[in-house]
Amino acid sequence: MSILVNKNTKVIVQGFTGKEGSFHAEQCLAYGTKIVGGVTPNKGGTTHLGQPVFDTVADAVRQTGATVSMIFVPPAFVADAVMEAAEAGIELAVIITEGAPVRDMQKAKAHAVKHGMLTIGPNCPGIITADECKIGIMPGMIFKKGRVGLISKSGTLTYESANQIVKEGFGISTAVGIGGDPIIGLSYKQLLPMFEADPETDAIVMVGEIGGDLEIQAARFIKEHIKKPVVAFIAGQTAPKGKRMGHAGAIISGSAGTAAEKMAALEDAGVTVVVSPAEIGKAVTKALKK
Amino acid sequence: MNIHEYQAKQIFAQYGVPTPRGIVANTPDEAVANAKELGGSIWVVKAQIHAGGRGLGGGVKLARSLDEVRTLASQILGMTLVTHQTGPEGKLVKKVYIEEGADIKKEYYLGIVLDRAKEMPVIMASTEGGMEIENVAHDSPEKIIKVAVDPAIGFQPFHGRELAFGLGLAKEEQSKFIAFASALYNVYIEKDAEMIEINPLIRTGSGDFLALDGKVGFDDSALYRHPELEAMRDIDEEDADEREAGQYGLSYISLDGEIGCMVNGAGLAMGTMDTINHMGGTPANFLDVGGKANAETVAKGFEIILKNPKVKAIFVNIFGGIVRCDRIANGILEATKMVDVHVPVIVRLDGTNAPEAAEILRNANIANVIAATDLADGAAKAVAAAKGAK
Repeated sequence: MSILVNKNTKVIVQGFTGKEGSFHAEQCLAYGTKIVGGVTPNKGGTTHLGQPVFDTVADAVRQTGATVSMIFVPPAFVADAVMEAAEAGIELAVIITEGAPVRDMQKAKAHAVKHGMLTIGPNCPGIITADECKIGIMPGMIFKKGRVGLISKSGTLTYESANQIVKEGFGISTAVGIGGDPIIGLSYKQLLPMFEADPETDAIVMVGEIGGDLEIQAARFIKEHIKKPVVAFIAGQTAPKGKRMGHAGAIISGSAGTAAEKMAALEDAGVTVVVSPAEIGKAVTKALKK
Repeated sequence: MNIHEYQAKQIFAQYGVPTPRGIVANTPDEAVANAKELGGSIWVVKAQIHAGGRGLGGGVKLARSLDEVRTLASQILGMTLVTHQTGPEGKLVKKVYIEEGADIKKEYYLGIVLDRAKEMPVIMASTEGGMEIENVAHDSPEKIIKVAVDPAIGFQPFHGRELAFGLGLAKEEQSKFIAFASALYNVYIEKDAEMIEINPLIRTGSGDFLALDGKVGFDDSALYRHPELEAMRDIDEEDADEREAGQYGLSYISLDGEIGCMVNGAGLAMGTMDTINHMGGTPANFLDVGGKANAETVAKGFEIILKNPKVKAIFVNIFGGIVRCDRIANGILEATKMVDVHVPVIVRLDGTNAPEAAEILRNANIANVIAATDLADGAAKAVAAAKGAK
């Protein structure tokens, strides 16, 4: 089980033959991910890392039956790549690329939604179902198989959390790095019910950050719908108040996006909130031994 | 990236967003010449810094004669302006904007920002112009009208009507206001703005709407396609250390505490600061070395951290993923040879090849370098080292 991806998931890579795409696709293949091909315009018909290369995503999907795409194209081309994947019938696009313009992601995400394609990222480590399928740039060996689901805005905090959970004698079912850009794909609110429904997940760890109000929305959702234990950490309690120019951002969400506000909302929803990421592992142990 | 008010108004003018006329000046002489060129008998002398609250801080003054323009420009140029957005250290004023006086009948607020939940730009308008809009949002949120615009269809007349009726504008005022909002939306979209704020937007005695102020911030990720905006960058407004760090791929923000931090990843960097704080210490900085920590970047990081005389210990907290910890350990050893590191350095390396890294640090046996086993251990040792140094 797990969520979204498993050992049978067929994956293609957009930006397959580039430096980043090649390096990480090779790591994913070594992990056991079923990468069935890649897309690089004008390199169709060639072979890379032992897999076929296609000129278009539509060709790749038609010939390989892939349902997931891992996207490594440079920032200026991300929106195009995501929209191409959506129209080609890809079901989930995992966007690793960092530095895509917000306006581009807004357009691409709207198009993905229109075509029923889920997205993860951009600017994220990706998704991993332990011992089955790694789609992204995370170090696979940290994620030992277990029964804790992990959702995180931050890449290195995903690794830190997974490492602690494993050291406590537990492991990870699926870990999703959702990224922290202004426009992102799947967020806590969509992933929480997937973990709640997954029979192979017993507890959920969510790692958030200051800014935005996704964690507040998550808290509301948890209060109503999540029965499994949730442990949360919000990074940035001691972050300085930014030297901002305007106030518009805070007004629109109706919240200042502070760590204190998010932590209070999560606690109110019955979540175990830790004040330091160093306490995540122990809090999971406590939650699972209740 | 942020720009000055006078630059924002140049952009507004290109898009047909009306503003009072004005000219930027670097000296009192230029200020007087600009006032003469603008003509009239009343001018506003406005400090140009990247922060709001300039009026309250004494950086915006009315002049009723050319002599007064000179006096005020002399006062404001070179002053350190402290507002609620500059931090206590304030900002040095190097430019003033000389603007013609405006006949203000009524003040409004107009802003555009991304609504992350709706994933669309939202236009916000209020009759409570000239006030702290955050206070308005807190005390009387019903006085802020919000209209989301789907970029797929762009700004339509009905969006304009929603705003205009929301503000209670009279029939004859509506069309000029809607044209103003529509033009401002075009600026937001075409220039890849992150935020636009006009406070106040004024209605004049003759019924025109003018942007009396203008704050614009742009999406850094989109600057590659806007060389004209990149050319507006004022490096005097940016922190020199943050800028230098950026050139080496490091993301650095200085803080008030005693423990220098060097971490990979923004989330872990913030989490490290939180942990230090939780254990009774104070972080001296935020520093994310990114995914490419090597001897050179680590050395640069040490150099920037140690410029701060308050630093009593450094905590290096790296979770090696694709980057191998043994390489980072060697990088740290190299860096200690390149930079005179005169405070204790607590090193926590976890992840890929962590045992080998620990071995390297043990064998090197540098007096100042203290190995830590995990985040909690490292933070505790850093806090103890900083306290011991007092």
